[in-house]
Amino acid sequence: MAKFSAKPDELAKIRYAPPETEWMETPVEFREHMFCHAAKPKDLETVEFPNAHEWSSKDEDWKLPANWEQTILQGMKDLLGKYRSFQLFMDICVRCGACADKCHFFIGSGDPKNMPVLRAELLRSVYRGNFTLAGKILRKLAGARELTVSVLKEWWYYFYQCTECRRCSVFCPYGIDTAEITMMGRELTNMIGLQLGWIGGPVANCYMKGNHLGLEPHTIKSSIEFFLDDIESITGIKIEPTFNRKGAEILFVTPSGDLFANPGTYTAMGYLMLFHELGLDYTWSTYASEGGNFGFFTSNEMAKRLNSKIYAEAKRLGVKWVLGGECGHMWRVINQYMDTWNGPADFMEVPKSPITGTVFDNAKSTKMVHIAEFTADLIKHNKLKLDPRRNDHLKVTFHDSCNTSRGMGLLEEPRYVIKSVCSHFYEMPENTIREKTFCCGSGTGLNASENMELRMRGGFPRANAVKYVHERHGVNMLANVCAIDRATLSASMDYWVPGVGVAGVHELVGNALIMKGEKERTQDLRLEPLPGKEGSE
Amino acid sequence: MPNIEIAGKQVEVDEDGYMINLEDWNKDIAVAMAKGDGVELSDSHWEIINFLRDYYQKYQIAPMIKILVKEVGKVMGPDKGNTKYLYELFPDGPAKQACRYAGLPKPTGCV
Repeated sequence: MAKFSAKPDELAKIRYAPPETEWMETPVEFREHMFCHAAKPKDLETVEFPNAHEWSSKDEDWKLPANWEQTILQGMKDLLGKYRSFQLFMDICVRCGACADKCHFFIGSGDPKNMPVLRAELLRSVYRGNFTLAGKILRKLAGARELTVSVLKEWWYYFYQCTECRRCSVFCPYGIDTAEITMMGRELTNMIGLQLGWIGGPVANCYMKGNHLGLEPHTIKSSIEFFLDDIESITGIKIEPTFNRKGAEILFVTPSGDLFANPGTYTAMGYLMLFHELGLDYTWSTYASEGGNFGFFTSNEMAKRLNSKIYAEAKRLGVKWVLGGECGHMWRVINQYMDTWNGPADFMEVPKSPITGTVFDNAKSTKMVHIAEFTADLIKHNKLKLDPRRNDHLKVTFHDSCNTSRGMGLLEEPRYVIKSVCSHFYEMPENTIREKTFCCGSGTGLNASENMELRMRGGFPRANAVKYVHERHGVNMLANVCAIDRATLSASMDYWVPGVGVAGVHELVGNALIMKGEKERTQDLRLEPLPGKEGSE
Repeated sequence: MPNIEIAGKQVEVDEDGYMINLEDWNKDIAVAMAKGDGVELSDSHWEIINFLRDYYQKYQIAPMIKILVKEVGKVMGPDKGNTKYLYELFPDGPAKQACRYAGLPKPTGCV
């Protein structure tokens, strides 16, 4: 496969004219760099996903199981029976088009099948043809169609061109959650062994080893020890965190990306420094070593299985509550699904900050608190000594993650933290932030490398808003509270807005935090000279 | 997964050319893969490839770039312990290109 080489100014020329032919008569065309590799059968077999087989979406023959149509239609029937939301969303859309131009993939590609209404229609048409009387009798007149190989290929292409970000849902007058439709579409492809490699691999890793990257316990420990060495050389302070410690008050769980991928590693250093400074009675776990949940991009059942590990570990260690790191979809799972999957987690206590005494009633069922809430509360109660000047080389803006903003309403806390630790903060335009935030463009397991054009197109609206504050205010750092953001926005900034870096909020906290007994700092967490300290080492 | 012939041997690789079975690897394969990219492997390349293989044996994953940088700096001197040096050796990125020559799976990095 030729490397993706389109220049940004070419890619920014987007054609919004729809094709001449009607959508049902326009078969899907698989374009290079717009889709991901298939999952390896061994990864699907690890978690006992059905119909694992060797195939490639580039081939004409997908080697589908013999009875694949029946499997899908029966699966659809089961899902309709199980989820009232799915039944409702199949029935109530009036095709008003309010969602049509709200999707980052539509804005970045101009492909009408990326209008959320039409993407959903790919599934609705088959639903009508098989589950509604009007559709069975009137067929195409009622917007119904048969399930064919060509329809299946269209599903595959477009349900993996949606990041379940739910921006379109904010604008839907009926409140249709289009992400739920994509989730059902993906469950259906999963039933016949069609899964992405980038999702199948992390799911198998998480199931077998506790985290998406497949980090072994000694690898996690060595990685954290590596951060501790850097922290010691920056601050002079030696930190000794604990692992898998029974009786700790708090279990800390973060995405494994924070432990092994830049710039997430600097965020992890920020956590370690903060917890040390507070004297927090907490432990890391090498078993529940993943905050994220790629199972959520395959089926609800798989997501439930992976989520349960966090709670099993909390029970085994006997902690009072769980503190969660900076992650996006982890919090959608916790906030909107966990309670009916594996909760309520009654064996723990309602989370209470041991430093401020604040009780987190919002987490009284899940027992899990987002670190941005935790840190905002510390700052509000004046429990941290901060020197924001150490971040004076940064002009910061904040990217709301889809899941923390729309999935849990975490809007003010990260901003409050950033403004407390940085002197220069600028918001992106109003219709691109908070609950109307634009997706990074590569969530839900689409952050592979072979689909780079798709990712850059999907990341275009977010990047465009960053470009605005970059040009207007000189913004050079895009802060966020999500591990996928840290990885994917780095790529999209390099492509669309060179000169803008990406950082987790707790990296900025770690820079500003004045620690007891620290030496005079000359470097930030990236080992770069602090403002005014250039040339001092 | 496709089989390709490298250095006179049938080798199973993934879509991006990374080997499926680590134990099938030998030095000739690394040389042939590099040659395919127009790269002649020098001792400096081999330092990195060997480090990657040792690290993988111990930790079952390719190292983070910052671990690689630090380690190279320790062994080969501070002037080489930087990403610039590694990119000079492996222009497609030390993680991706060097891991492929070393027979390691494609680094995932950031999920």
